Amino acid sequence: MASITITDVSKTYPGAKAPSVSGISLAIRDGELIVLVGPSGCGKSTLLRMVAGLEDISGGEVKIGDRVVNRIDPADRDIAMVFQNYALYPHMTVRENMAYGLKNRRTPGPEIEARVTEAARMLELGPYLDRKPRALSGGQRQRVAMGRAVVRQPSAFLFDEPLSNLDAKLRVTMRGEIRRLQKRLGTTSLYVTHDQLEAMTLADRLVVLNEGRIEQVGAPLDIYLRPASTFVASFIGAPAMNLLDAELDGARLRLGTSVIELGQLPGAKGAVTLGIRAEDLVPSATGLPFRTDFIEELGAQRLVHGHIDGQPLVLTLDPAMQIDSEMRLSVAAAKLHLFETSTGKRIATAARSGLAVPQPA
Amino acid sequence: MRDATHHPAPPGLIRRWLSRPGPAPEPAKRVQFDQPLLPWLFLAPQLAVIFVFFYWPSVQAITSSFYIEDPFGFGSTFVGIDNYKDALGSREYQRIAGFTALFTVLVTAFSLGLGLLFAVKADKVIRGRTSYRTALIAVYAIAPPVAGLMGMMLFDQHIGPFVRLAAWFGYDMKVGINYWDTAFAMILVSVWKQVPYNFIFFLSGLQSIPASVREASVIDCRNGFTRFRTAILPLLAPTAFFLLIINITYALFDTFAVIDVMVKDKPANNPMTLVYKVYNDGFRGNDIGGSAAQSVILMVIVLVLTLIQFRWLERRVHYG
Repeated sequence: MASITITDVSKTYPGAKAPSVSGISLAIRDGELIVLVGPSGCGKSTLLRMVAGLEDISGGEVKIGDRVVNRIDPADRDIAMVFQNYALYPHMTVRENMAYGLKNRRTPGPEIEARVTEAARMLELGPYLDRKPRALSGGQRQRVAMGRAVVRQPSAFLFDEPLSNLDAKLRVTMRGEIRRLQKRLGTTSLYVTHDQLEAMTLADRLVVLNEGRIEQVGAPLDIYLRPASTFVASFIGAPAMNLLDAELDGARLRLGTSVIELGQLPGAKGAVTLGIRAEDLVPSATGLPFRTDFIEELGAQRLVHGHIDGQPLVLTLDPAMQIDSEMRLSVAAAKLHLFETSTGKRIATAARSGLAVPQPA
Repeated sequence: MRDATHHPAPPGLIRRWLSRPGPAPEPAKRVQFDQPLLPWLFLAPQLAVIFVFFYWPSVQAITSSFYIEDPFGFGSTFVGIDNYKDALGSREYQRIAGFTALFTVLVTAFSLGLGLLFAVKADKVIRGRTSYRTALIAVYAIAPPVAGLMGMMLFDQHIGPFVRLAAWFGYDMKVGINYWDTAFAMILVSVWKQVPYNFIFFLSGLQSIPASVREASVIDCRNGFTRFRTAILPLLAPTAFFLLIINITYALFDTFAVIDVMVKDKPANNPMTLVYKVYNDGFRGNDIGGSAAQSVILMVIVLVLTLIQFRWLERRVHYG
């Protein structure tokens, strides 16, 4: 058990113009499950691999516990990694796969046996211990890969998109298993994924990465409720947050032909980006003029796609609710997110209350 | 050879040799023919080639091995197994068989070992990898007699760098005259010629090992050599097994040109392999019957070796 401290870490591949990861600082507390999430190419895997020791660290410092591990061999970092494509040794049985790392560390035989048995029991791999990986299903292979990490009893688990190769249903099951296992063992974990749903459901804290930099760190719900930038706003949450071009004129927010009274002076003016979550929009007698384009049925709710004053907008509605081709929408003032258009950064606004009913200009 | 088990009824002994425990492989999709002759028609070209280039010469060799042929081609006399008795009983034959065994073991071991070593090293090279690999592979493009000639030059009494190198250490190397010096040169040139072939196969074998499996092993095992032995080498086993068979065949037969260049115009007391002796006795000594008997013996040796390899080694090879 240990904390992981990442200080100002960057990575530039030889021959590359721009760094893949730059100036990342992150303190992971003991026992915490941190999820690194971002689109492909954002540097999340590179960061994980630097912690694992599979990539050299170009700048900065990685500490596991009290030990700076920049120059330490991966095998000596006291970490265990679970790979996307399982990375099981095809010539070894499940038992040998799990025992391999321990054997190389000269763990006594009975101890290895005990740990493998315990891990197999925990992961329900008992009947498969003497099989080769090729005789296992995808989910079983991934459990073996986790077993291999568990038996090592390391300071930290590193997960590199471990569920990406599984089908959707199995992914949900395994997600739960990983969460349960991690809580039970209390091992510090760093988990990489590009799937925002997986990130939201698993994380104690979420780290959203974009182009090699941290966009936002925080608890999943905090990030969902207060995204720090338009990037985070559009990446976290499904459907993505609606982002609309608007204009600030004092406390009045002009959106197409409508005006929303904010009732309070935000710290900016001129062109801004207005963010509204799909579920925060409610039909009302007056408000934003919405034209319906098409509907996506999700069962529990409906996604209604349309536009207001030429800007696309999505809202989620209860299936019982009547949908017209033209509707008026309003939104709670506290649920409005304002971002600078140029930088995409969130504009700090104090909490507001009441329903902001947009009026025709 | 895996497919051998599908073929209908090989003779009992061989079938028992080839059969391996474990689940039977999936039967291939069967094609139905309306006319019974049609499949044979499709097979005919292949069968013709096999018959003309393999069975017919084999039958010829087996037949002539029971006769003594007149050196001038005027006739032949049936002598039963006398040719075999002569060959196997002769001290010279036994000595050459011994040398052939030694030669095959050394050439196979060194060319496999070096090929693997180079492949492992080349696999790690990142900068300039293409030129490095090309340099290693280029040797393979050299024709065997040319390789033999180049080898002769390297060991030339007057200008050969190896001879000079030996002279530095006070050793007077006489390739073509001293038995073991010639043997050394033969083995060296044969190995040199075969290393690139093994290199290519080992390199592609190494590159087919998933990166994540290697990375997992880096985390699981600190010692590079242990890691290679326990996690990487077993995954190379199918490649190594294939190369083992190819290399033994190479050492036994394909080194002919190298040996020929090295011993052709030299005094009699030089090392040679069985296949060269077949040629020597048959075409130089005009002893067609004896030479045929030797080649049949050689055929049996190769057959037995191959069966042993498949029987004992393949079972321990992991096919991923």
